[in-house]
Amino acid sequence: MAAITLNNIVKKYGDGFPAVNDVSIDIADGEFVILVGPSGCGKSTILRMIVGLEDITSGELLIDGERSNDKAPRDRNLAMVFQNYALYPHLTVFENIAFPLRLAKGKHKEEDVQKLVTEAATMLELTDHLQRKPANLSGGQRQRVAMGRAIVRQADAFLFDEPLSNLDAKLRGQMRSEISQMQRRLATTSVYVTHDQTEAMTLGDRVAVLKKGELQQIASPRELYEQPVNLFVAGFIGSPSMNFLPASLEGNTLKTTLGNIEISPEKAAKGKDLPVLLVGVRPEFFEDASLVEEHKLQYGSTFTAELTHTEWLGNEQYGYINFDPAPEVREMLNSLARDMDADELRPQVVVTLDAASKIRGGRPADLWLDTRRLHLFDPKTGENLTLDAAEGARLTEEANAERAEEIESARQEA
Amino acid sequence: MTSGKQKITWAVIAVLVLLYALFPVASILSTSFKSPSDLTSGKFLPSSGAGTLDNYKQILVGDAQGLFLSALRNSIGIALIATFIAVVLATLCAYAIARLDFPGKKVVLTTALAVSIFPVISIVTPLFNLWRNIGLYDTWPGLIIPYLSLTLPISIWTLAAFFRQIPWELEQAAQVDGATTWQAFRKAIVPLAAPGVFTTAIIAFFIAWNDFVYGISLTSTETARTVPAALAFFTGASQFEAPTGAISAAAIIVTIPVVLLVLLFQRQIVSGLTQGAVKG
Repeated sequence: MAAITLNNIVKKYGDGFPAVNDVSIDIADGEFVILVGPSGCGKSTILRMIVGLEDITSGELLIDGERSNDKAPRDRNLAMVFQNYALYPHLTVFENIAFPLRLAKGKHKEEDVQKLVTEAATMLELTDHLQRKPANLSGGQRQRVAMGRAIVRQADAFLFDEPLSNLDAKLRGQMRSEISQMQRRLATTSVYVTHDQTEAMTLGDRVAVLKKGELQQIASPRELYEQPVNLFVAGFIGSPSMNFLPASLEGNTLKTTLGNIEISPEKAAKGKDLPVLLVGVRPEFFEDASLVEEHKLQYGSTFTAELTHTEWLGNEQYGYINFDPAPEVREMLNSLARDMDADELRPQVVVTLDAASKIRGGRPADLWLDTRRLHLFDPKTGENLTLDAAEGARLTEEANAERAEEIESARQEA
Repeated sequence: MTSGKQKITWAVIAVLVLLYALFPVASILSTSFKSPSDLTSGKFLPSSGAGTLDNYKQILVGDAQGLFLSALRNSIGIALIATFIAVVLATLCAYAIARLDFPGKKVVLTTALAVSIFPVISIVTPLFNLWRNIGLYDTWPGLIIPYLSLTLPISIWTLAAFFRQIPWELEQAAQVDGATTWQAFRKAIVPLAAPGVFTTAIIAFFIAWNDFVYGISLTSTETARTVPAALAFFTGASQFEAPTGAISAAAIIVTIPVVLLVLLFQRQIVSGLTQGAVKG
């Protein structure tokens, strides 16, 4: 068990380009922290610096309060699960799991090794496969062997480098919940790198969003979702992603291509100095106006728009509205899309509608928009103008309390 | 997927290739059992039915014994030493090429390639003169050194290609698991590299074993003459008798180690050994 602290960590490669730039993260003992970001954002590099496979150019890495920048990987007592599993193909599953124990010569007697490996194998349901070679195992089984190798030696922390990216979707969901339960049961500090935001949102106590080597925001999944600090975090977290509409403000009315949206005076006050704003609206803030209950209507704004088409998914449906932004806004949206590793962002708004909605493409439809939760962004700096830091802190506090409770109940069960 | 028709086509092609490749061997084998008078009979099999072992007796215990056995000893010794040195050097070199990024990496590889395509015959004469002057002529080192020039390049290339396929993540995983650099290399990488090293050793051995040009040019006596060269010095029982039978018998005997090697190390050359190490 250990807390891990990153203080102003910088990683520069030979060409002087900072792959990781001034990242500071405090990871509490027993906490599950996710590093997420598009490819090339430096998330794997950070993980490899923590475990010691990559040198730290400047900054300080503390493991349990002890400076560990120059310690060899084997002296850090961390366990890592690699993306490609990195199982030893010439060893059986048993020997693969026992490998770290065998390396710590003299520490473990043969009976201890047997006992520890069998325990880990039972936990991961690998007991039937102990004598097989990794080549004969399925992807999910290999993944579990890799985890077994990590948990068998009671390391101070687990580091996961995109451990599920090679599995198919169904298995991924299953392994995800196994990892989550295992972490709660063992209450071992964990750092988990992924580009999959479902993993990020479901597994993490806190999620650190990175872009081009810089930390954007670190917070609980709910805070990230509801109070993103900037355009990048807002666009990266959530699927389908947040819509960004160019707008100008007149009084308390946002003039957008979709029509006029009334917002609260407090929100309007924060954006009044800018000629052009980006309004961030999550798809689920929209609803078919005819299906919104009477008492809710007052919290939002109703407008008429024409959908190009709809997609019915069973539990809900997505509708699409095209709009034509000004060239400079279009350029901005495209560069945002590039940052997020996506293709060129089509200037369209995605709306989530109730599955019962009769709205179809090609006809004007009345849509309702919940204006309480929308955010206003500065198109130049990307900053969230309507960020409610206190509310965000409250959400993360709530998540922390939940985590403590879960760990406590897992301990009592054990 | 291959249909039945395709399978038959492939079988026919395989049989044709096998016939083409193995017929000369079969011919040499049958010739090695023929008596001198039988050589020109024009028949494939020895005419006396069971054949004769005279040729083998001649080279192993008879007149040609001195010539052949010493040559066999030289061949085995020289080829083994040349192989060993080549593999050790090539392993270190290929490991560096596959793992490290250093200036001149390309130069090493291209030089190795250039050396291996250099025609052997063109350097034999200068080597002959040089070796006589410095006293390496007709000695084991006098052959081992030129053999290295043949075996090293190919060893470096095959091993470098092989090492590149080894997932180095394993080494890192071992280090995280608590291994020192040396332990990680020995416990995670060496077991994976072994098949590649064996394969390379076999290739290098064959090259040294089969060489004729250096063998005949840089030796003059039994102290260093190898089998391929010694075969040229076989003589018949009389001036008018061709030593074809004895040469065939010797050829069969020198083929045996090659066949044995392949059979023995076949299991080591399992290409699929690295499967399952990383994603599958």
